[in-house]
Amino acid sequence: MEIKALGCEPLSLRRVFIKDGHTLDVYKKDGGYKSLEKALGMTQDAIIQEVKDSALRGRGGAGFPTGMKWSFVPRDSPKQKYIVCNADESEPGSFKDRYLMEYDPHALIEGMIIAGYTLGSNTGYVYGRGEYRYLLDIMDVAINEARAAGLLGKNILGSGLDFDLHTHTGAGAYICGEETALLSSLEGYRGHPRMKPPFPAIEGLYASPTIVNNVETLTSIPQIINMGGIAWRDLGTEKSGGTKLWSISGHVKKPGVYELPMGYADMEKFIHEDCGGMLRDGKKLKAVIPGGSSVYIMNAGQILGQNVTLDYEGLVAAGSMLGTGGMMVMDETVDIMETTKNLTEFYKHESCGWCTPCREGTDWLVKIFNRISIGEGRPEDAQLMLDICDNIEGKSFCPLGDAAAWPIQSAIKQFPGDFKKWLVDNTSANGVSPNV
Amino acid sequence: MAGTTATSYTDKVLVSGEVAEFSPAVIDEMKAHVAKYPADRSRSALIPLLFVVQRERGGWLDNPGINFLAQFLNLEVTDVWETATFYSMFNLRPVGRHHIQICKTLSCKIMGEPEITDHICTKLGIHPGETTEDGKYTVTMVECLGSCGTAPMMQIGFDYHEDLTVEKVDKILADCK
Repeated sequence: MEIKALGCEPLSLRRVFIKDGHTLDVYKKDGGYKSLEKALGMTQDAIIQEVKDSALRGRGGAGFPTGMKWSFVPRDSPKQKYIVCNADESEPGSFKDRYLMEYDPHALIEGMIIAGYTLGSNTGYVYGRGEYRYLLDIMDVAINEARAAGLLGKNILGSGLDFDLHTHTGAGAYICGEETALLSSLEGYRGHPRMKPPFPAIEGLYASPTIVNNVETLTSIPQIINMGGIAWRDLGTEKSGGTKLWSISGHVKKPGVYELPMGYADMEKFIHEDCGGMLRDGKKLKAVIPGGSSVYIMNAGQILGQNVTLDYEGLVAAGSMLGTGGMMVMDETVDIMETTKNLTEFYKHESCGWCTPCREGTDWLVKIFNRISIGEGRPEDAQLMLDICDNIEGKSFCPLGDAAAWPIQSAIKQFPGDFKKWLVDNTSANGVSPNV
Repeated sequence: MAGTTATSYTDKVLVSGEVAEFSPAVIDEMKAHVAKYPADRSRSALIPLLFVVQRERGGWLDNPGINFLAQFLNLEVTDVWETATFYSMFNLRPVGRHHIQICKTLSCKIMGEPEITDHICTKLGIHPGETTEDGKYTVTMVECLGSCGTAPMMQIGFDYHEDLTVEKVDKILADCK
């Protein structure tokens, strides 16, 4: 697997290439915690302005502007405030945060301390998915190093700032990547999402003002303070600031984590050249899910020769979304009915059961897919599934419902032939009769 | 009577009032988790503590372990079950010493997961969801573990095994003691 930066100096991936970059000593020698010192000499308003200027958008999938999220926190509220890192990386196709925590845990700690100073919080939690136990162990070592060096705890660097940080483990639930479900889980309950508003910035953990940010978002904060918001933004485009980590998997020769400046041109070059092209020579590109499983699937015609830029706007213009940047590449051997069935099984398994449209809808969709896959597809099944999707999309309690509907809607739209074979001809896209 | 058709699992949950006991070292470990949260928010430690109990009770959450946590955190037994039954990493029945969790989501699926699963299950003589008779292995199919760039993959216990091939799987299984 590759880990590298293209079209820019490694910034988020910087410490990957420095031996023992995960240790406090090496991190400090490489300029680590200098951004914290700088931030402690700035006003809170000035820091928020730098983050706004940077055009940093949440890297966990939703892409909400981070500076704006921070500005919602009532800093003068007498309540305790919390900084929570969402390290529940569970979106199929995404595996970037793993490497940030493994190679650069102190960048995450530094980002969280700066967030704590800015928003008047003295407690933070890193909520990692339960399967990432080894990463939480790495974070615990780094947190203890920072605490022993006076970078966490009381009166940090003599500034009067108190801030401490703890890891918290999840236990296997995709839904806990949704920020309000994460907070329910962090309080020891089932991972059910909560009604918004109130947003977590007003009433989050323990009904106190809380900021929940993704790992990559928080590790970007020291970079932004160090470089200045405008300079960081200018690494990317005006609306999509900075650099972005992309997780590439599936049928390419060189899968991995790539850091690209926002606006990188273009998607075809990235897949066919930078990632080494298709895994199996002679096989053509068929489909790409560009931003983790929850975004619209794209067919090759939406990518090849289309000059799709890799940023928020470019992928929307091309008919999909950036999401988490978890790009899954599929060659022509893949049957899109089967891949869509696979993702629908995922959403059924991960639906928390709280609201009816998502719980029942995903279950019925899987039942229909199961029937289709044993050769009993019917021509009307496409419309039936679209009707169910319509009853989930926009009608579920949280975005998991939308995320379950979008792959199906886009797959039927972009790959009608694959569905026709199963629903009308009763053969798979590969020409194999499913009844055999 | 309905009782004759109830699962043995349900029977156990309802009838056992036994409370598990743990060593002072384990109790200290639990207290260290509770100390991370505000004093009146000790329920926040529930998930980390369920992992400790699961480890100490042989890899699954039995009724005495749950009863202990209810007492330890001053919760109702049903509160503990409510949380424990939501999360896929908590085992509600015994599992083998080596819990093999094979990722079945898209990137793994298209990169060779079916072949890996077939090989493991044939070799162990069990289906996904089952445990070998000697109690050594359980195979479970799980959803995406964030290892798509190194697909196919599986997790045994907490250890990631990535870029799997049939040969690599054989070696990994041979190393399971």
